Amino acid sequence: MKIIVTTKRVTDPDIKVTVNSDGTGIDLQDMTYKMNPFDEIAVEEAVRIKENSGGEVILLSIGPAGFQTEIRAGLAMGADRAIQVEHDDYVEPSVAARIFKKVIERESPDIVLMGKQAVDDDAGQTGQTLAFLLGWPQACFASEISINKNSAVVRREVDKGIETLEVSLPAVITADLRLNEPRYPSLPMIMKSKKKKIDTLSFSELAADIEPRVRYLSMENPMEREGSCVLFEAVDDLINALQTKAGAIR
Amino acid sequence: MTKVLVIADHYNGKLKKSTLSAIHFAGQAGDFSIAVIGNNVDLVADELKLFGAEKIYITDSPELEHYLAHEYSAVIADLVSHTGAEYVVMSTSTTAKDLMPVVAARLSAGMASDIIHFKNGKFKRSMYAGNAVAAMEITTPIKVVTVLDTAFPKAEPGSTESPVEVFTTEISTGNAKWIAMDESISDRPELTEANIIVSGGRGFKDAENKHLIESLADKLGAAIGWSRAAVDAGWAPNDLQVGQTGKIVAPDLYVAIGISGALQHLAGMKNSRVIVAINKDEEAPIFSVADYGMVADLFNVLPEMAEKIPGQTG
Repeated sequence: MKIIVTTKRVTDPDIKVTVNSDGTGIDLQDMTYKMNPFDEIAVEEAVRIKENSGGEVILLSIGPAGFQTEIRAGLAMGADRAIQVEHDDYVEPSVAARIFKKVIERESPDIVLMGKQAVDDDAGQTGQTLAFLLGWPQACFASEISINKNSAVVRREVDKGIETLEVSLPAVITADLRLNEPRYPSLPMIMKSKKKKIDTLSFSELAADIEPRVRYLSMENPMEREGSCVLFEAVDDLINALQTKAGAIR
Repeated sequence: MTKVLVIADHYNGKLKKSTLSAIHFAGQAGDFSIAVIGNNVDLVADELKLFGAEKIYITDSPELEHYLAHEYSAVIADLVSHTGAEYVVMSTSTTAKDLMPVVAARLSAGMASDIIHFKNGKFKRSMYAGNAVAAMEITTPIKVVTVLDTAFPKAEPGSTESPVEVFTTEISTGNAKWIAMDESISDRPELTEANIIVSGGRGFKDAENKHLIESLADKLGAAIGWSRAAVDAGWAPNDLQVGQTGKIVAPDLYVAIGISGALQHLAGMKNSRVIVAINKDEEAPIFSVADYGMVADLFNVLPEMAEKIPGQTG
C-alpha cells in the first residue's frame, strides 16, 4: 500500500493560547509547535499498515519554508519520505484540500490518512473536502481500520456508537483519538530519519486554485463565566444551594 | 429575503432535538425550508411541521436508509439548486461533521464549522480548544454552516403548519458501503440532550468505582459523561467523552466529579447553566468555571449525595 499522511504544524496544544492585544490572532510569542495530535495518530496507523503489509508512507504538509521539525518527527516514527508545500500563512481547509489534491494526483496513493481535525482551527473539514475533490470515498473518525486488497473496512466513532463502513480504495480515512497510541521514536529511528528526503514544492508549481472561501476578521478571548465558585463543606448545603439558589434541582 | 435550507438530523425515525437550534439560526438568517432525507422519514417531518418553515422537503428512498456522505450530499446539492438556498445549515453532530464539508465542496461553497454566534452575515466560532473566539465570514454566494446547538436556543413551535413536498431526485451511489452499526445501549438520556449530566474523571481511580456515579445519575435522571482520561483508561466508551474532542454539552446542571478540568474538557462543558465541581484538589482548574463546589474526596461525598439528593425523575 502506498499511503499519504497529511501532517499539520500546529501550536502546542498543551500551551494555553491567548488572543493578542490587537485582536488579530493569537499571541505567538514564545510559542512552540507540534505535529497536530490527530495527524500523529494517522502517521502511526500508516506505519503500522506498512509494517504489516509493506508499502510506502509519505508525509504531506503545508508550512513555512525551513520549518520541518514536525515533519522530521513523522519521519522518525517510520514514514519513508515527505513532501512539504511551502507557504507562510494560514490556509483554510478548502484551500489545503485543493493543494493536497494536486500533490495526491502526482503520487497516486492507495490511501490518504489524515487527522479528523486540526487542534488549532478545529474546523474538521479538510479530509471530507479532499475526498470529494478526488472523487474518492471517505471514512471519517476511524477507531479501527482493516485493509483488504481493494477496500478498507473502517469502524468509525459516531454519536450513537460505532458504525462500520467498507470503502473501496483509493479512499480518504480520517483518524479519531482511539485509533491507536502513537509511538515515541527511538534514538536510532530519529538518527535514521535524518537521511530521509523532504521534497519541497511551491503553490505556483502546483497550479492549484487557492482562492479563499472564508475570511477571518478578528479574534477575541472567550467569554469567561461570571462570578466565582461558592465552596461548601457539607453535602446538605450543596444540595440546598442547588435547590434554592440555582433552581437546578427540585 | 435570503433563502435558507436546514438539514434535519434524525436517527431511527426520531428527530434530533439539536435540529431546533439550527432552525433558530435559520430564522435569524432568512426564510427557511427544511430537508428531511432518509428512508421512511414521514414521522420526522411531522415533528418539524410547526416551526415556521416555508416548506418541508422529504426525500425518501430505501437507498437512503443509512447515512452516507456521497449519497446524502448529492441530494442536498440538488435541493439547494431547486430551492435557490444561500445558506445550508445543520446542527453539529458526527453526521454533520462528516456530511457538510462534502456539501460545501460540491457547491464550491465556503463553510463555517460549529458556529456559536451569528449577526449581519458574520459568524463567531471557537478555535484552539475553546481558548479563542474568531469572527469570520464566508465569501462565496452559497454558505454552508454547522451550528453548535448548545450556543443557540431551540426554536419554539407555533400554530401554523408548514406544507410538505416530496422532493424526488436520482440517488447517485458512491464507493462507500454501510456495513453495521453497534449502538451504545443505555437507559439514560443522551449526553447532548440531557438536562442534567454527571461526569467522572481520573479521580474515580478504577472502573470498579463507576457504581458511585451511576447511583447519583439514577437519582437525578442524569446522563453520565467522562473525561478523556477516564475514556482513555477504558472505563467508559468513547461516545461518552465530554470535551472539545468529544461531545460539547451545555445542560442545565453539570456535576464534574473527580475531574481536574483540562482545557479541552472545559471547552466541552463550560456553557452549562450551573456547574458543580467536586474534587480533592482545591487548585483544580475545574473550580474556575464552577458555580458551586466541594473540596472533598469523592468516595466520601458521592454516596452521601446519592442518598440525600431528592429524586428528579417522574
